[in-house]
Amino acid sequence: MAQIEEVNIDHFKHLVSERALTGETMLLNMGPQHPSTHGVLRLLLELDGETVLNCIPDIGYLHTGIEKNMEAKTYLKAEVMTDRLDYMNTMGNNLAYVLAVEKLVDLDVPPRAQAIRVILTELQRIASHLVFLGAFGLDLAAMSVFLYCFREREAVLDIAELCSGQRMMTTYFRPGGLWRDVPVEFEKAVRDFLKMFPKRVDEYESLLTKNPILLDRTVGIGKLDVATALQHGVTGPVLRASGMNWDLRKARPYSGYEQYDFNVPTRTEGDTFARYIVRIEEFRESMKIVEQALNKLPMGPINSDNRKFVPPPRSEIGVSMEALIHHFKLWTEGFPAPKASVYSAVESPRGELGVYLEGDGGPKPHRVHWRTPSFDNLSAIEKMVRGHLVADLVAILASIDIVLGDIDR
Amino acid sequence: MDKKLEKIIQALQETFSVEIEEFRDETHVFIQAEQIVDALLLLRDKYDFELLSALTATDYWPQQSPRFHVIYQLSSLARNVTVQLRVPLNGDQPKIPTATRVYEVANWRERELLDMFGIESEGHPDPRRILMPEDHVGHPLRRDYPLGYEEPQFTFNLEEIDLQKPYAKE
Repeated sequence: MAQIEEVNIDHFKHLVSERALTGETMLLNMGPQHPSTHGVLRLLLELDGETVLNCIPDIGYLHTGIEKNMEAKTYLKAEVMTDRLDYMNTMGNNLAYVLAVEKLVDLDVPPRAQAIRVILTELQRIASHLVFLGAFGLDLAAMSVFLYCFREREAVLDIAELCSGQRMMTTYFRPGGLWRDVPVEFEKAVRDFLKMFPKRVDEYESLLTKNPILLDRTVGIGKLDVATALQHGVTGPVLRASGMNWDLRKARPYSGYEQYDFNVPTRTEGDTFARYIVRIEEFRESMKIVEQALNKLPMGPINSDNRKFVPPPRSEIGVSMEALIHHFKLWTEGFPAPKASVYSAVESPRGELGVYLEGDGGPKPHRVHWRTPSFDNLSAIEKMVRGHLVADLVAILASIDIVLGDIDR
Repeated sequence: MDKKLEKIIQALQETFSVEIEEFRDETHVFIQAEQIVDALLLLRDKYDFELLSALTATDYWPQQSPRFHVIYQLSSLARNVTVQLRVPLNGDQPKIPTATRVYEVANWRERELLDMFGIESEGHPDPRRILMPEDHVGHPLRRDYPLGYEEPQFTFNLEEIDLQKPYAKE
């Protein structure tokens, strides 16, 4: 049995300055139970007065072994776990996973399913950015924004519930298409949201964007230049706020994103305020995409008709022997995937969400690796906070928009 | 293969002893562990692969040589191409030279390799576990590491298991 080792300063002495060892600077533990760490993140801070000299993140408190667990499930069943990774972006995780599976087994998806996937992931992006905005405001002591954001997020979650029956853990996208078609109320619900939301974004902006307290706390704080960001694998809004125009929806379009007309908002300052404003603009771009996708939502099937991968509709099972066999095989054994590997990436609200999926010829994946954006984005925090105050650390951490489920997997 | 990538692969073939595999428009380059840092440097400096998208491994246990493949997924933003480098490693004392000097993100990713697979990075500035607790035994993502099988605690065996469980007492 393992001996319990007491963790002391010796474990960290290569990470802090020599002054910490003599007691000249202070080592302060922040988290894991702290309202501003957005979950269970622990930061070990070395402080000189109130200035942060070093910041050592300690992660893993939310490690659930999803990668290991997925190896023991069939491709269809493993998808349920993808919702639990980045729990602010469940549809986006589903999309990343099903795209990887479809690439591995070479499966086509009908256009209607692709369009619905785009609508729902963009709505989910709005919901995720709303949580960012609320928490960001809360960390900068703007309490009311949080309440407004969660009110609007509820509308998005209602749409998710309308389609999948679940507010958060949706598992709505399936390899080859969708679980089932969207209900008739779907279009009206999305249109109502599109009508209501632009005004609300203006409201948030009137509360925050020119707010002198917010500007004082964010402009010029936590600067990150493009070179450092790329060295640390930073992607998504954080990278775009530093001036790099990089969005996988534009660069390597998937699921039909090439049909839609939208901009990629960028800023060049790379500070906390730029990261905030990029996300505000992404609200508007996401709405543009949702509107276009909804306007030309094609009719037709929502699932691939390849019965080796997609279960047959209920109506066929009663009349077709093959359908019954396929249904039985898919839900007991699952479908086999070739002994090969693919890497497929999507743009999540936080950056490049990549899935490395390797099959072994059988019905279960040999290895699934999640390249989660928060993990890499957080690794750059030390560069951002050095020389700033502890209170600024809170603002910077909020502006990276980390989700611990995404980091710890 | 992507036209933009052909030249880059050719340059890799000229400088290093590599093997190329392709699947679904993805290019996998097999390379030896001694050459990986030089290859990464070449790709980063000459061919604009600024982003190390993913660094992970996969385990082919019970096969022993090679048992692991360490996977470097690289992206070039300027050229919009991706390439995957794979380093085969044997099962006894798997080691790779650290890539932290090329990509700083490799720092955390290599700590994850050490934690999850027990693959050491030589010259790593901060070789600690990252996700599992410091005193954890074993490497969870290895194929020979069991999934679960922790003995559940009931009233009758609570204390007995409590004694063996590695968590802080008091």
